[in-house]
Amino acid sequence: VGYLSVQYRGVSPIVAAEELMAARYQMALSLGYHIILSCFGVAFPAMIYVVHRRGLRHDDAEALALAKKWGKASAVLFAVGAVSGTILSFEMGLLWPGLMSTYGDVIGLPFAMEGIAFFIEAVFLGIYLYGWGRLRPEVHLRTLLPIMVAGLFGTFCILAVNAWMNAPTGFTQLADGTITDVDPVAAIFNDALWPQFAHMWVAAFAVTGFIVAAVYAVGMLRGRRDRSHRLGFTVPFTFAVIAALLQPLIGHIAGLRLDTQQPSKLAAMELAVETEDHAPVVLGGVLIDGEVRGGIEIPWMASLLAGNSFDTVIVGLDDIPDDEEPPANIVHWAFQTMIGAGTAMIAIGGWWFWRRRRDTSTDGSGVFESPWFLRSAVVAAALAVVALEAGWTTTEVGRQPWIVYGLMRTEDAVTSNPGVWVSLVVMIAIYASMAVIAGKVLLGMSRRWREDPASDLPTPYGPGGELVTTGPAR
Amino acid sequence: MSLADLAAALLFLGVVAYAILGGADFGSGVWDLLAGDARQGAHLRSQIDRSIGPVWEANHVWLVYVLVFLWSAFPTAFGAIMTTLFVPWLLVGLGIVMRGGAFAFRKFSSSVREAQLHGIVFAASSVVTPFFLGMIAGAVASGRVPADGSGDIWSSWTGPTSWVGGVLAVLTVSFLAATFLAADAQRGGRVELANHIGGRAFWSGLVTGAAALAAAVAIEVDAETLASGLHTRGLVLVIGSAASGLASLLLLRRRRWALARLTAVAAVGAIVVGWGVAQYDWILVDELTIAEAAGARPTLIGLVIVFLVAAVTAVPALIWLFVLVNQDDWQSEHH
Repeated sequence: VGYLSVQYRGVSPIVAAEELMAARYQMALSLGYHIILSCFGVAFPAMIYVVHRRGLRHDDAEALALAKKWGKASAVLFAVGAVSGTILSFEMGLLWPGLMSTYGDVIGLPFAMEGIAFFIEAVFLGIYLYGWGRLRPEVHLRTLLPIMVAGLFGTFCILAVNAWMNAPTGFTQLADGTITDVDPVAAIFNDALWPQFAHMWVAAFAVTGFIVAAVYAVGMLRGRRDRSHRLGFTVPFTFAVIAALLQPLIGHIAGLRLDTQQPSKLAAMELAVETEDHAPVVLGGVLIDGEVRGGIEIPWMASLLAGNSFDTVIVGLDDIPDDEEPPANIVHWAFQTMIGAGTAMIAIGGWWFWRRRRDTSTDGSGVFESPWFLRSAVVAAALAVVALEAGWTTTEVGRQPWIVYGLMRTEDAVTSNPGVWVSLVVMIAIYASMAVIAGKVLLGMSRRWREDPASDLPTPYGPGGELVTTGPAR
Repeated sequence: MSLADLAAALLFLGVVAYAILGGADFGSGVWDLLAGDARQGAHLRSQIDRSIGPVWEANHVWLVYVLVFLWSAFPTAFGAIMTTLFVPWLLVGLGIVMRGGAFAFRKFSSSVREAQLHGIVFAASSVVTPFFLGMIAGAVASGRVPADGSGDIWSSWTGPTSWVGGVLAVLTVSFLAATFLAADAQRGGRVELANHIGGRAFWSGLVTGAAALAAAVAIEVDAETLASGLHTRGLVLVIGSAASGLASLLLLRRRRWALARLTAVAAVGAIVVGWGVAQYDWILVDELTIAEAAGARPTLIGLVIVFLVAAVTAVPALIWLFVLVNQDDWQSEHH
């Protein structure tokens, strides 16, 4: 497939291999970071809407205060997400010029559509944040709706691109590598689109919900069990538990077509060595020298899960050319980590339902009397992030060595620029410090809110008496 | 006008919008850097927070818009620009991360010291980022980006036109931002602050104008294709820009801040459009034309549709935001 090698600057293959790893690490870092922030952009507005609406309908000052706080917290997260998203658009060109030069016009359109979605999100978030006390309450509440719709649509667009990399369509590639007959709409509505989109969108609610709930669980563990904390826990936790319950079903649908769409990914996920029907699921286990060591086999399950029938044939790694195999152990363990974390989240959610049913208190506070339940809710937040990253690792590493499945190898898409290692190191430093600072700032906000619930977080930029309020005041 | 030309025009519209809106944002950071210590600079910095706080994320979406249009409509040009100009793009990327993060963090800092630290990062990256963006523009406009992306990773963006582009970018955004801040301060009833930053606007406008004259000489020597375009098709726009610039200086002298903002926008907009018109029909000057670089026709049509959808959805929303932000009570301290 020499025609696909969009060789920028013609460097030697060895140099290219090192750059490939640097570029992949950098992309993994940037995306792994951004994916968490974008979950907040997608799911947080819905949770804010619920508490804000409750505040208006029931004249509930605590709910309104929560909406106000969450809006401010989401502004910080959105700002960081906006810059990390901008960086990703740079990296598409800085790291993967081969991909974009070749397929830019096939798959660029959903990026452009996502641009609109992001724009609308940014604008309405600005309006929402500055709308407190300035817009009529009903209008103000409704400014959250475009943010929610834009989050949904933006997820659709980005997942359309990712799904296309797994199931490329919407163009014809001639023998000399020329791309013709481009049909961007067909490229968007590729075979992998719907389940991948649904899986990610719902994941955003699980991640956001469990993380926000965990903040209030920590507060309650420290003895702050007021109504505001209970409400701040219950709303996001409900979203998250529903999402966690839906995920296995959606994930199953996403996996259904893998046997024909991406057999090498499926083989790696299931650690299938030989091609067979009635293939087993292997729990745990490591592939060493082409053999599975350790692990517990559950007979026939892999075939059933992959095709809803025990007769589904799963292609084994033995029947996949060596240079087209993904790193099977990483993919297998990432996949099983996701499943394990997801199962644990459902168990924690089940515990919550059970506690709610047995709760005899009048104000619903009995649910939170068990410190072990609250601790498990904190663990659920970590599990949600683990499941998110593991699931994403499964699909991305599972697609290797392809960047566009079956058509373009990742090594042919990468830049040949020797600066990639430098940029990787700098990126690691920047992302690490951003994460630390963002955490510190958010903790500082929560501390000040605790000290003075009515505090409006003035901008302390100026000494003594010159504190100036910038944000919405009332 | 062909479909590819239309796509290029829409792309360039993003460049113009980013130069003005993103520019005013960056420039605010420049003034933040020069505002003095926490006491002296408190009023100006609060004004900066008020002016760009609600809009800066939206303003920087224009850069993403430009990149996305570039890779969708002109994929090979995108690959070439990002490969040859790897270093300045990387620096711009870092600048954007640090600037955006620090600006958001400053607002929510829990002590003056912490706020100062974030403030310095925000302000310094506000200078660095437009500088390298200007250098990138200079590299493309002076024909230093080969169509296959094989340009030298250093010398391609360090030619005379790039330096001119970088310096001019920083000066221009400072001038622009000062007029925006003066108008905003006046609307918020902070007359003294408006006079202060308006005075800065006048002097930075004068310096920018002088630098633009020097830049013209450098471009004559270093970027022939661009220069000849500026003499012919682009001449009207160059003259328009100069006239608007002079008008801005006169208005600033008379403390007509709101009007001066309009003429400043016109001056900057005209010269950026002039650059685009002058380098037409090259997308990479002397290397790749718009027609050669154009991607698949259905995608170009799709982009035009996306643009129209954006025009009827995002733009009204943006106008609403701008109107809200510019309402008197949004600008005043006692809302």
